Amino acid sequence: MPTITLDKKDVFNLVGKQVPDDRLKDRISMLGTDLEKVDDFEITVEVFPNRPDLLSEEGFARALSSFIGVKTGLRKYDVKKSDLNVKIENSVEDVRPVIRCAVLKNVNLTDEAIKSLMQLQEKIHLTHGRKRKKVAIGVHDFDRVKFPLTYKAVKPNEVSFVPLGMEEEMNLSHILSRHPKGRDYAFCLEGLEKYPIIIDSKNDVVSFPPIINGIVTQVREETKNLFIDVTGTDVNAVTQALNILVASLSDRGAEIYSLNVSGVVSPDLSPRRMNIDLVYVNKLLGLNLNQKEFEELLSRMGLGYDEEVLIPAYRGDIIHPVDIVEAVAIAYGFENFNPEIPNLATIAEEDSFEKFKTKIANIFVGMGMIETNTYHITNKENINKKMNLELKCVELSNALTTDYNVLRSWIIPSLIDILKNNRNREFPQKIFEMGICFKENKDKETGVEEFTRLAVLISHTKANFTEIKQVLDYLFRALDLNYEIENTEHSSFIKGRVGRVIVNDKKLAYIGEISPEVITNWELEMPVAALELNLTELFSLIN
Amino acid sequence: MVYRKQVEIKGQKYWYLFHTVRHGEKYLKKSKYIGKELPENINEIEKEFLDEVKMGKQEVSKEIRELAESLHPYERKVLPFLKDNKSLREIVKASKMKEIEVMRALQWLENKNIISIKKELKEIISLGKNGKDYLEKGMPEKRFLKAIDGTTHIEKIRQKAGLEKDEVNVCLGILRKKAAIEIKEGMNIKITEQGKKLLQKPSFEELFLKQLPIESKNLTQEQKYAFNELKKRKDIIKTDIVTERTVELKEIYDDLIKAKVSFKNIIDELSPEIIKNESWKNKSFRRYDIKINVPSISGGRRHFVNEAVQYIKRVWLEMGFKEMKGPLLQTSFWNFDALFTAQDHPAREMQDTFFIKNPEKGKLPDKKIVEGVKNVHENGFKTGSLGWRYKWSPEIAMKNVLRTHTTVLSARTIAALKKEDLPAKFFTVGKCFRNETVDWSHLFELCQVEGIVIDPEVNFKNLVGYLTEFYKKLGYPKVRIRPAYFPYTEMSAEVDVFHPVRKEWIELGGSGIFRPEVVKPLLGVEVPVLAWGLGMERAISMYYNISDIRDLYRNDLKQSREIKTWLK
Repeated sequence: MPTITLDKKDVFNLVGKQVPDDRLKDRISMLGTDLEKVDDFEITVEVFPNRPDLLSEEGFARALSSFIGVKTGLRKYDVKKSDLNVKIENSVEDVRPVIRCAVLKNVNLTDEAIKSLMQLQEKIHLTHGRKRKKVAIGVHDFDRVKFPLTYKAVKPNEVSFVPLGMEEEMNLSHILSRHPKGRDYAFCLEGLEKYPIIIDSKNDVVSFPPIINGIVTQVREETKNLFIDVTGTDVNAVTQALNILVASLSDRGAEIYSLNVSGVVSPDLSPRRMNIDLVYVNKLLGLNLNQKEFEELLSRMGLGYDEEVLIPAYRGDIIHPVDIVEAVAIAYGFENFNPEIPNLATIAEEDSFEKFKTKIANIFVGMGMIETNTYHITNKENINKKMNLELKCVELSNALTTDYNVLRSWIIPSLIDILKNNRNREFPQKIFEMGICFKENKDKETGVEEFTRLAVLISHTKANFTEIKQVLDYLFRALDLNYEIENTEHSSFIKGRVGRVIVNDKKLAYIGEISPEVITNWELEMPVAALELNLTELFSLIN
Repeated sequence: MVYRKQVEIKGQKYWYLFHTVRHGEKYLKKSKYIGKELPENINEIEKEFLDEVKMGKQEVSKEIRELAESLHPYERKVLPFLKDNKSLREIVKASKMKEIEVMRALQWLENKNIISIKKELKEIISLGKNGKDYLEKGMPEKRFLKAIDGTTHIEKIRQKAGLEKDEVNVCLGILRKKAAIEIKEGMNIKITEQGKKLLQKPSFEELFLKQLPIESKNLTQEQKYAFNELKKRKDIIKTDIVTERTVELKEIYDDLIKAKVSFKNIIDELSPEIIKNESWKNKSFRRYDIKINVPSISGGRRHFVNEAVQYIKRVWLEMGFKEMKGPLLQTSFWNFDALFTAQDHPAREMQDTFFIKNPEKGKLPDKKIVEGVKNVHENGFKTGSLGWRYKWSPEIAMKNVLRTHTTVLSARTIAALKKEDLPAKFFTVGKCFRNETVDWSHLFELCQVEGIVIDPEVNFKNLVGYLTEFYKKLGYPKVRIRPAYFPYTEMSAEVDVFHPVRKEWIELGGSGIFRPEVVKPLLGVEVPVLAWGLGMERAISMYYNISDIRDLYRNDLKQSREIKTWLK
């Protein structure tokens, strides 16, 4: 979630009222933003990803002002028509198909306004725009843009221009490899044969979205009028971003002018309409609002009402009537919903395997053993190399460290690791764990089978096969099951002191003394006797 | 006078001892139960009885009697020797007990305030390595003198006396100084008259060695001389600073001795034999110091996090919820797509979610469900939603992930439900995974408690109701919800509890009502589903006062053995 830092004085100016810190903190949390900090000069908040319209002083102040009842209701944005044109060529269809534009005149570019605009642009790029891939914004000095403009795709070496931050002409592929912004955002154009550009009537490059603008339309100190282009892959996201920017600049007094973008009038700030039944709202919230109260609550969220709910153009996140229900709930105040438990008769049921696990745990606790709780993610060295084994295991593709990069196939390694970390603790050490293990199995939905295994380790100066077999014996007696042990070999155990435990012809467990080589691999010095049993199978035998 | 008499009680005859004395106008009669038969040692018992009766006359106070009864056998044994012996060494010698027994007895007596132990640092002179040797074999100069037969060659003397070369040199120096020898030409040694005299009596040095160990402060003139001489020589004596313990008797000591409490009637430890032969009757048991610390033991334990999980499960079971189970590894379809999380949502990026290298992809479920989910993303399906309006990719949905939340089980549960199963309530407590760097407040495996309530009539207040009830049972009666955002819920609410000690709100989890875009493609109808996924590590850490979250899964056996049990 993006964190933004807002100028407190600027926010209060835009709200039209000073708000004491206590109330400010409380209201910000209840408005639907996560408050980080309020001090004398700044407000720091985390904005949820569905509300990019709150990512600037203007947008935040607009929402807060409605919420606390200073300026409620739907804001109206006047858009004047211009006769300017932007033409979209078909060549962008498979490259970056969407462009929307706006012109803003008499923009008062104060320091606060510039700071806010830059933060808004940056945060929209990062989140809503998915690092510019989905949406990118270009801001230009309108008076230096020579209309009409053309949005088209060209081959990387076909066009050269002077990008912002450079002094000489570069072609598009050079920009991607040499310009710092080119390097940062080249991934957005990866795999494309053509790149998108906006050129003016003189064939000068105005912008190379989503990378960098041309120097010809650079915004300067004396700039009064802005041209904004927003390009991207998703028409809704692009339109919403443009509307947010335009509304923010308009909140500071700029006049909005629309253009003709290949037949589409842009921007269009007329509110959307959505039909909603008040019965639905009341039922979902457990409230009993009348129409007047409902409309009042809507107005606290900057929404209007005229037979249907009117949704401002910058609120792209409202896609279903349930979103309006939430807006009403926020305006009503989450803190005002009293807890009520409904009278719903249902029958409780614990998972039968979980019940079985509890019984098994009780048996081992009764034997004086300590239950452990280890991670499912481990590493190959632990489950294979240190155990003298070479088994295939399920690997993660994007682990952060080599310590944790595979899913465990058995549990004994995790428990030996515990012994290693407890070398200086009191002996005897008797531990057990029941945990999920992973094995490839093509028949399963994910191609991986999960089953629960039980591991037991006993370690002290005289830990041996007899002792671990006594444990096994006691367990099976308690479960009223007969078992056999057959000789086997397993490179983690001492030869001649390792067996497979068989119940009803099913091989369920390994039991034995851990080989001194393995003990040494783990930097241990005590004998270790071990048991590892497939609990999932055992359970299925019992049932 | 003591006399024996049989008394008939309910047709049975029992032996008793009686004693009667005249006390002014009255006769005082005391009795002691013996048994059906007279034992062999009846004379002994009679004598003890008499002692008891006499003691009774002295009116031993309850306090003294109880004190006496509380004495350990070591204490009883050492007690009489304390009057005349003050130092540990003396007491050991006099009592013929082992030093460790005396030490313990004195310590206990001090604890009982019968004596006090004065500790004093003392400089003690004791035998060195050579000193022990010389005490046994004699001083080298004596052995040297003895080996001279009139005039003898030095080498012959050395061999006969069994001396080392450097010892010989020392002997020459000492004996010449004492004029006990004369050295003739060719290193032949002659003993003088003075020398012969020396042979007849032990030297100060020899006497001194026999007296060691001795405190340097108390040396006599002669001892001082010997000490100074021996000090110059190698390893004969050494001086150490030691702590010497001496006993000082308290007033109560005399009372205790005067009381002459008989210890014969005190039983130290109860045994099967004593129970069987009934010899405990008319005796008392040694009083134990029941406040004394005992060595600690530890037993088998469930892991403390699992103890907490068991409790949490019980809370939901008691509220009528059914447990859900499901794999840790899931396809993105269930983990994200079915939960209306757009395929380009940041949560699905590499840095937040663990993906699987091999097998990278899994299978998609039933076609009907896949179609519903695809449509709801692309155009809102039949939910009245606009959807996310992009081209949904089955390939992305097939990618395997370690489940990032237990909510995936809620989605699967809803998909498996039929309309006639409603109303329904489900919960699970399970692990989920986040691709995070581990530190004091972050883990890559987390324990989440998940719940859903599915019924056409449930509402937002009910959500608050269930959450409040749950946290109340975890010890947090004050719960508040704040607006939040999750792609699959609307309303979405963050749940905070008020920590009564820290006096602050603590964020513990997410909750909400599933969006119609989630429910309809899975269940086929639009029904409100209350849902929550609450992180458990924070609440569990707070209960056990653990500040570093990694300590929950460190499996330090000391911690496992000593940590308090989950007491809710």
